Amino acid sequence: MVENTRGVRIAAHTQDADSSLLRELVAHLRVERTPLREEWTRRITEAQLLSVMTSDEIFSEVTAVYDNYVDALETGSIEALEAYAKNLSERIIPRGVETHEVLGVVLLLRDVLARSLFEKYQNDAPVLSSVLDAYEPAANRIAVTVGVSFVQERERVIRRQQLAIRELSTPVLKVRDQLLILPIIGALDAPRARQLTEQLLTGIRENRAKVVVIDITGVPTIDMPVAEHLVQAVRASALMGARVIITGLSADIAQTLVNLGVDLSMMQSVGDLQGGIEEAERQLSYAVTRTGDQSAGDEA
Amino acid sequence: MPVSILKQGAYLIASVQSALTDTEVIELRDSILERVAKYRSTGVIVDVAALDIIDSFAARSLSTVARTNRLRGAKTVVVGIQPEVAVAMSQFGLRLDDAYTALDLEAGIQLLTT
Repeated sequence: MVENTRGVRIAAHTQDADSSLLRELVAHLRVERTPLREEWTRRITEAQLLSVMTSDEIFSEVTAVYDNYVDALETGSIEALEAYAKNLSERIIPRGVETHEVLGVVLLLRDVLARSLFEKYQNDAPVLSSVLDAYEPAANRIAVTVGVSFVQERERVIRRQQLAIRELSTPVLKVRDQLLILPIIGALDAPRARQLTEQLLTGIRENRAKVVVIDITGVPTIDMPVAEHLVQAVRASALMGARVIITGLSADIAQTLVNLGVDLSMMQSVGDLQGGIEEAERQLSYAVTRTGDQSAGDEA
Repeated sequence: MPVSILKQGAYLIASVQSALTDTEVIELRDSILERVAKYRSTGVIVDVAALDIIDSFAARSLSTVARTNRLRGAKTVVVGIQPEVAVAMSQFGLRLDDAYTALDLEAGIQLLTT
């Protein structure tokens, strides 16, 4: 916020001092609109930026940004550009456009415009210098605005997704009387492992579970703190009278656990979820029998 | 002592009513051991549902009771450990060696009878 007000003040000052130059500058950019836009698009393609977008899309976005850019230069107000940048970010973030691409594109425009100014005023050094004085601060501010809008939008998306993940988190499912399943999907970190322990213990108490199958097929890796959290969860469950069977340990995770020297003596582990449930059923004296022949089973 | 020890057939049921001091823990330990011998019990249930904290001394005393009982042919079941207590105990590495654990009194009796 502080940065922003200072930016506005510089712009106001620039406008007072160099308003005629800025007007001339804007007029030049309006006249040269088509060649400059084309040049910019060419440079973007050449630098292999925005590779996820088609050239038509790039050109139409380029046009919109160019006009907004020139408007921002003319009025010194970045609000319209800010709104457009936010809207643009919303559209391109889901398509996988990266921060470096956005910054690269904006800096390319700055470069293209500066070159065109150089070309126009190359025989008149003092004028060139004062044109650049008027142009540079405004251009910098615009570049910062677009970059910041993009990053802010991205962070907003990340925060929203984190929240969604946390809410999804881990369901505790009852499959049979006294038997719970906890399928864990996605990376485990310490806070999530803590939350998981909490849900596990509450689930044990509410369902009066005796055996819990924790399936970690969907967990890519495990580090030391998370492994310890898991062990603690298993111990705590045992204190509440429930046995835990871990299933779906990948070769990688198994190796990590061994290398880390995690004490697994009180963890029972079975290859896959099916095996885990079968073992749990055995411990709880359930017998599952198939009725009818194979084809009847398939129909049902 | 805020613990009542009831005889129920071949089993003893000790239910802790409120937080215990170390002295009371020792008393509990001794009276359980004494009664197991006296009544020739085959199972002991210690209900700790009322406890917010099980410290290392209490955990070790329960383990001692369980081990002693095992040597005399009786099972010991600790029941009613609260989730928060269970988490704290596992974090501090407190274990109840030789004791069985169950969710509550009902589950504990079931564990002894089957």
